[in-house]
This record gives sequence, C-alpha cells and structure tokens, in this order.
Amino acid sequence: MVAEAPGVAFGYVRSADQGAPRPVRHRLVVVGAGPVGLAAAIDLGQRGVPVVLLDQDASLSEGSRAICFAKRTLEIFDRLGCGGEVAERGVSWNTGRVFFRDRELYHFDLLAEAGHHRPAFVNIQQYHVEASLLARARALGGIDIRWQHRVTAVAQDDDGVMLTVATPEGEYRLGCDWLLAADGSRSTVRTALGHTSRGQVFRDRFLIADVRMQAPFPAERWFWFDPPFHPGQSVLLHRQPEDIWRIDFQLGWDADPAAERTPERVVPRVRALLGADVPFELVWVSVYTFACQRMARFRDRRVLFAGDAAHGVSPFGARGANSGVQDADNLAWKLALVLDGAAPARLLDSYCDEREFAADENIRAATASTDFITPKSEISRIFRDAVLELAATCPFARPLVNSGRLSVPSCYAASPLNTPDGDDFTAAMAPGSPAADAPVRVAGVPAWLLDHVGGAFTLLCFGAVPAHLPDLNLTLRRVVVAPHDGTAPSGWQALEEDGTLSARCDARPGTVYLLRPDQHVAARWRAFDAARLAAAVQRATATVAELCAC
Amino acid sequence: MLNLDAGISAPDEFYAALIDAHRGLTMAESARVNARLILLLANQIGDVAVLRAALLRARDGVAGSAAPERRPDTP
Ligand SMILES: Cc1cc2nc3c(=O)[nH]c(=O)nc-3n(C[C@H](O)[C@H](O)[C@H](O)COP(=O)(O)OP(=O)(O)OC[C@H]3O[C@@H](n4cnc5c(N)ncnc54)[C@H](O)[C@@H]3O)c2cc1C
Repeated sequence: MVAEAPGVAFGYVRSADQGAPRPVRHRLVVVGAGPVGLAAAIDLGQRGVPVVLLDQDASLSEGSRAICFAKRTLEIFDRLGCGGEVAERGVSWNTGRVFFRDRELYHFDLLAEAGHHRPAFVNIQQYHVEASLLARARALGGIDIRWQHRVTAVAQDDDGVMLTVATPEGEYRLGCDWLLAADGSRSTVRTALGHTSRGQVFRDRFLIADVRMQAPFPAERWFWFDPPFHPGQSVLLHRQPEDIWRIDFQLGWDADPAAERTPERVVPRVRALLGADVPFELVWVSVYTFACQRMARFRDRRVLFAGDAAHGVSPFGARGANSGVQDADNLAWKLALVLDGAAPARLLDSYCDEREFAADENIRAATASTDFITPKSEISRIFRDAVLELAATCPFARPLVNSGRLSVPSCYAASPLNTPDGDDFTAAMAPGSPAADAPVRVAGVPAWLLDHVGGAFTLLCFGAVPAHLPDLNLTLRRVVVAPHDGTAPSGWQALEEDGTLSARCDARPGTVYLLRPDQHVAARWRAFDAARLAAAVQRATATVAELCAC
Repeated sequence: MLNLDAGISAPDEFYAALIDAHRGLTMAESARVNARLILLLANQIGDVAVLRAALLRARDGVAGSAAPERRPDTP
C-alpha cells in the first residue's frame, strides 16, 4: 500500500494545566479535532467562548476518508471563515451519472437552478478540509489546541465534568462546565459514560482505491451497477483535486480484506476499469465495512455528542462529515447562549430534538441506498435488478434507482424553536428550513445573501424597515432588502436584489423573516410586529417558560 | 383506498394473459417477470397509500402476520 501522508504533524506541547495542584476548570472542552470538533471550536471561538480542544493524535486525518463536501457544509464553512479556501481547492460538481452493465441509465443534476454561491458538492480530501479549519482556528485565537492529549476517563455530576487526559508526559485531570464529544465513531467519551451507538451493520465490504492519473472523465459522480469490468458488484468513481481519483469497488461480504488491500489485487481491478493503456499510481488503498447507527440521546446532562461520536452512516450519500458539521452548526450558537447565561440549559435539548431527527433522516436515506446497492435477500435483488432493467427505457423507474441520496440539509419542521406560520406563505423556506442562498448586491457590488445573515439572530426585512425594535436582550443582525428609498438607517445592512431572493422567500413588501444564528428560519410574517418578534426570539432561545413540544 | 370489488374489465382474458406471460419460464425467470410487472403496475397506480394497502393485503395470512419491523441491532 502506498500511503500518502498529508505531511502535517503537530508536536505535543505541555499545557500549564498539567502542573496545577488541583484540576484546572474550563468552561468548555471539545474532545476531537476532526472536522466536527474543529468546526464547533471555530464557531464557539467566533462567539468569544474560550475553547480547549483535545486530540489524541498529532496529525490530520490520515489517508482517504471523506471527499464529498456538500453545499450546506460549504455555506457553514463560509460563516466560519474558510468556505472560499475549501471551495477553491476542491473540484466542484453537480452531476451524477448512473450506469447499468454497459450503458448509461440516466443522469441527475443536484443543483438545477442558478443563483447559488456554492455548488451542490466539492470533492476534496478530508485532510485538506481539516487543514483549512485548523488554519482558521489558529488565526482566530482563543482556541487552546492540545495535540497528543488523549481523554481516557470521564465523570460528571450536576455541576461539571472531570476528564482524565493522557499525554506523552503522563496523565492529568481537567475540569469543565460543558463537554463536547466529537471524538469519532469509537468515542471514548460515549463509552466512558456508559452509552452506545446502536443500529445496523451491513454485511458488505468496499475497497477504496485513490489513484493518481491523467484521465478524461469529467468532474461528475459516476456510479455503475454490475459493470462488465467488475461483474455482479457496484463501482463508484469521483474526481478529487491534484489529479487524484477515488474508485470505490463493492467486494461483497466474503472478500478477504487483507488480501484485497494488496496491489496484486487492486491494480487489476483498477486496470479493468481504466483500460490497459492508462498509466496510474496507487495513492491510498483501504477496505471498509459500514454501519448505520446512533446514540439514543445526543446530550447527557453536561456532555453533548456530535458527529461520528453521536451517529454513523454508510457513505453512499456523503452524509457523515456533512451531517457532523451541521451538528456543530446547530450546537455552537446554543451552547454560546447557555454559557453566556442568555438562554437556559434546556435550549440544548433542542439540539437533540433537531439533530437526532436529522440523524434519523440521514440513517434512513443511507440505509435505503445501502439496501439497494447490497440487496439483502434474493427477492430484493430481483426487484433491484428489475428496477435497473426498466430504468433503461422507462423514466418512471429512474427515481427508484438508488445509488446514494446525496446529503442535503435537514429542515427542522417540527422543532419546538419554530414559530409556526400564521400568515399565508408557500412551503419553501418554512420555519425550520435553512435559508436558501440568493444573489444580492451591496451598494451595487455583487454579493450573496448567506454572507449577510446568520452568526447572530437576523431580522431580514423586505422593503420596509420597522420603526422600532423590541428590547431583545441579544444581538440582532438587521438586514433590509431593497429599502423603499434605496438607503437603510444606521445599524441596518441594505441589500439590493434581482427578484430571486423575493421569489425564494415568497416575499412581498413588508415581509419579515427571523433567521437563527445557524441561518435556519425561526419565524416569518407578512408584516412586522414587535411583540411577535420578541415572542419568536424567546421561543427560538427556549426562554419561554412553558414550551409546548409540538 | 384499495379497491377490493371487481374492477378488471375482462377477468378470464386477464387471467389467461397472466398465466401466458409465464409460459415456459423457470421459477427464477418468472420471479423476474413478476418483479417488473409489479413495478409497472405500481407506477400505474401511483398512490403510495393504495400501494401500501395492497402490500399489506397481499401479505395477509402469509407466514403468520404483518411484515416485521426492520431488523434492529444486527451485529
Ligand atoms: C471511506 C470513507 C469515505 C467517506 N466519505 C465521506 C464523504 O464523502 N462525505 C462525508 O460527509 N463523509 C464521508 N465519510 C465520513 C467522514 O469521514 C466522517 O463522518 C467524519 O470524519 C466524522 O468527523 P468527526 O469529527 O465526527 O470524527 P473524526 O473525523 O473521526 O475525528 C475524531 C477525532 O477525535 C480524536 N479522538 C478520538 N478519540 C479521542 C480521545 N479519546 N481523546 C482525544 N481525541 C480523540 C481523533 O484523533 C480524531 O481526530 C467517509 C468515511 C469513510 C471511512
């Protein structure tokens, strides 16, 4: 196996906490500097929360893991200050093609409409994403990153959490008010607190071969069912930056993982796909099995779980890292408000409500794809093949073909934080949905909506600026779209638009949206009303005394 | 709503055609034909509520009871 190390390693540094006579107490500790822990740390850091970030390793994610990063993840990275870097370094794609045996069945476009800053997906190696996040975390300051600090034990009482941390120089103890466990699928924190992630393990094996080559394939997702070059199984091809391609071969449950990793086995498989005359170099090879599982509850008193620690999915659909970053996006603002005393701790239960719902959605989608790709019985294989055979000539069968339902953000339609629509609106951008992007202009200069909303609660007003705002006890970002006289009063950001934004928001003059700090819609009205705004903010921060969990 | 009243215009003709469609096929080939047929007919019906009712009705009395939940917790 030819392993390409990302070439980034960080030295162990002793922390002053290690010599302290009594365990030093921090407000927030994050365990795990993977994409999820890093995203959460940056988000919290941007909100002024001091963060201690512990990781057992001294390097970025090794080898080949996630490559497909979704539009919503890029939008979150934009808010975290590194979306541009990831998007520019990655390979953008919107189109997927599905082949059956020797012919193309159909193709799909994941972003059929124009007027979005980010593409449906970019492909980029996980370690590049982590490098961008890490650079951003370092530039931000206030994030105390400790490499080779491995959490070995966790205990909590009503008052706080106590960690035991192992380092090359021995163990020390560390206290915190709140703990975020982003320590991956084999989470130590989860096990230490007696929790498990339950679900379904799939009886199939997949070979991941990353190869470097000059190839004529376009930047698209190509998926084959039963191709002549790998009969009876499926194959997935993706382009990555730096002339690297990801080829994912289904092997079946009986394959011998150790033997399948050897170049003697891998090279002929790759050759069969590419043809004998295409030169290539193996960059990374591994054999995986997959599971779909989650913890019953993502919060245990003062400990919150996010990313692979909380849930896992099979990779068809690219929902692992993408959903984990959305966990961080959902949690950071809530945790910051609770740490500031601006919201009660029960706001964190809405993190569970929303992200457990999202995990179920992701697990359902990933399981359905895996069931289609790896039929579990003879009859399901017969139906699967019937769908594929019909799909070649009958359009009706194509939506039944499932080579992976690719990651889209969850809409928290049933969240207790939403103020349900009272006025007449179309379904798009309903409370709970993430705000759709749209092209706008700032003083004539082209810009994007999503760069001007979120971070804090945002009041997005169409046409008119409210005469006066209620006293809200938190920062409110104020944005007015196409103000009547072309200018906005001080404290307001004016955006011009071409009608796309109004159409996506079903907005008329006077329409008002309240967006949460994670850019999801909290409430919307046809006309501004100070009392309704105040109530919606209270509801979205769980500060109303009796929240109905409807 | 699943229609359980007589709805096929020429019952004998349909039944003969159904049997004919499988003439000379092995069980495995018949299974393929049936799978395609079900998919074609399902698309014609379209309404998932009706399809679910038909699936339940079709399974009723076979191997005991209703379809089990998805296998939980398979190691
Ligand atoms: C082959 C493959 C392909 C994939 N493709 C995609 C894809 O295309 N798109 C996608 O979205 N997802 C994909 N995924 C999933 C994705 O890689 C994971 O979902 C993602 O890495 C989860 O991020 P995380 O931060 O939760 O956990 P991890 O990335 O696992 O990070 C956990 C971190 O915690 C640290 N840690 C663990 N235990 C301790 C401890 N006790 N103390 C201190 N630190 C600790 C680890 O060192 C690590 O840095 C793929 C996965 C695989 C295997």
